Amino acid sequence: MVIRRRWLWLGILLLIVAVLLSLGTGRVWLDPAILLRSIVEPEPSLAWLILSELRLPRTLLGILVGATLGLSGAVLQGLLRNPLAEPGLLGVSAGAALGAVIAIYFGLAASFALATPLFGIGGAIFAATLTLIVGRGGTLMMILAGAAVSGLMAAGLSLALNFAPNPYAAYEITTWLLGTLSDRDWNQLALAAPFILAGWACLALTARDLDALTLGEAQAESLGVNLRRVRLLALAGTAMSVGAATAATGAVGFIGLVAPHLVRPFVGHQPSRVLLPSALFGAILLVFADVATRVIPTSTEVKLGVLTSLAGTPFFFWLVLRLKRLSP
Amino acid sequence: MTILQAHDLKVERGGRRIVDTVSLRLEGGAFVAIIGPNGAGKSTLMSALAGLLIADAGHVTLDGVALTAIGNRTLAQLRAYLPQNPRAEWPISVERLIALGLTPQLPAFGGLPAAFVRRIDTLLAQFDLISHRDQPATTLSGGELARAMLARALVSDPALLLADEPLAGLDPRHALDGVARLRALADGGKLVIASIHELTLAARYATHVAVLREGRLIAFGPTAQTLTSGLVRDTFDVDACVTAAGSPLAIVDFVAKPAQPWSAASSSGSDSTPRS
Repeated sequence: MVIRRRWLWLGILLLIVAVLLSLGTGRVWLDPAILLRSIVEPEPSLAWLILSELRLPRTLLGILVGATLGLSGAVLQGLLRNPLAEPGLLGVSAGAALGAVIAIYFGLAASFALATPLFGIGGAIFAATLTLIVGRGGTLMMILAGAAVSGLMAAGLSLALNFAPNPYAAYEITTWLLGTLSDRDWNQLALAAPFILAGWACLALTARDLDALTLGEAQAESLGVNLRRVRLLALAGTAMSVGAATAATGAVGFIGLVAPHLVRPFVGHQPSRVLLPSALFGAILLVFADVATRVIPTSTEVKLGVLTSLAGTPFFFWLVLRLKRLSP
Repeated sequence: MTILQAHDLKVERGGRRIVDTVSLRLEGGAFVAIIGPNGAGKSTLMSALAGLLIADAGHVTLDGVALTAIGNRTLAQLRAYLPQNPRAEWPISVERLIALGLTPQLPAFGGLPAAFVRRIDTLLAQFDLISHRDQPATTLSGGELARAMLARALVSDPALLLADEPLAGLDPRHALDGVARLRALADGGKLVIASIHELTLAARYATHVAVLREGRLIAFGPTAQTLTSGLVRDTFDVDACVTAAGSPLAIVDFVAKPAQPWSAASSSGSDSTPRS
């Protein structure tokens, strides 16, 4: 118990460090003293503008998106009892990406700024509904349906790239797909936040049922778990939160896969206890990764999704090797 | 008094009738051994009796109320169900694993109440698992895991226990210990239903036997009167000798029928696992 608490405090400390770094770093390095002063007595200085209009919404969005990916990954791994499950598994991320790309493709994004995230959320909900309808009747069915829906959405994305009206549109679509937190403002945050929070509520409701699922589906059912309800909550929660997150930032991979594994040994592997720390470390990882994209000196900014994939792949290899060692 | 009744239960899967018109009336205080060859429909019947599988026809009642009319959680507090070869999917500790049996009783938030902690300690001691308390359940041996799972099923003190081959994989000492514990539960007024392949243990400890073959209930009654050499011979297609069934010294011995090749003797397929 004591060890568990200590990890929680360490997580909170790390998150605070990440947030401070995220507020301070960028093309303009804000002196911590100025940062502090502008918080204490807000005045319309350049520093304050950068902080309140750029860095703050960006950091908050980073926390929300990271926590969403961590939480959803932990819930899906618990539900499917599969260490390789991640938020993209059910087709939700691909659906959100397709929706957003459609907005870019038809030039809606140029006419009003919130078209991309709005279409993204619509795409996520569409994909989740499709997964739910096709994948009724079992966990395996749901995974297979998710794979099929992901494939369908990916085909749609390729089609959009194929028929892109001009190279610039194709470039814009590709760039968006790479995932980034830059140039996000309060409007995008305000649009995504309600969906994300509603999604979190759905996901959190699965906690106890995930514990019972440790014994397998038959025993969980005998302990009063309504499997259909758990599946529905997990899918709806993922659709809303991950859909809105992907719609706001583009595809950010690996955080949802890595965060639960990172914290699991420290909470005794109990699925319900993985949820909160996983969300916390998802947020920490994402904010740190976002800081890194700003710090790494490259001519064009490294995209967030690219960085998390680059950093996440070695972890994936490690996971595969470890699974191989553990299985007879 | 717990009364579990099945009325003309029929379950079909893939066009094959797995449970065929089974009617049963079981009362608290009985330890019912369900026996039968592989593929006889034992597991499917037990899932249906546990209310985890909706029958194609017929229904099951508990104290006169249809299982489908009892809420998930209420039913979970009344009966415990242990499937064949249960597995732990995450390396949680044995103590946690057993605590999961209390899921329906637990308050929505907060830790384990003290009374439950004591109950878990008792179960750990009864099933010889004290030294494994903090061990990850995934690293237990097959027999140790089977004991931990039985403890998990019993921790909530259910009025009705359905265990599908709870003795599989146990060494002689723990098998005897486990089956004696099931009998003790029945003697305490609970209704215990277990499918058992170790016929000698069934003959010694079960108060009743229910015999399934090809989905049909071919015999049911008190062990002493029901479990006879002839019945075992007809059910399992072996030459059998049953002595003193229903007493602590009962022995069921059997050899393959000499004239018949083994493959013909066990023509039916593998044990069907229920899918819900």
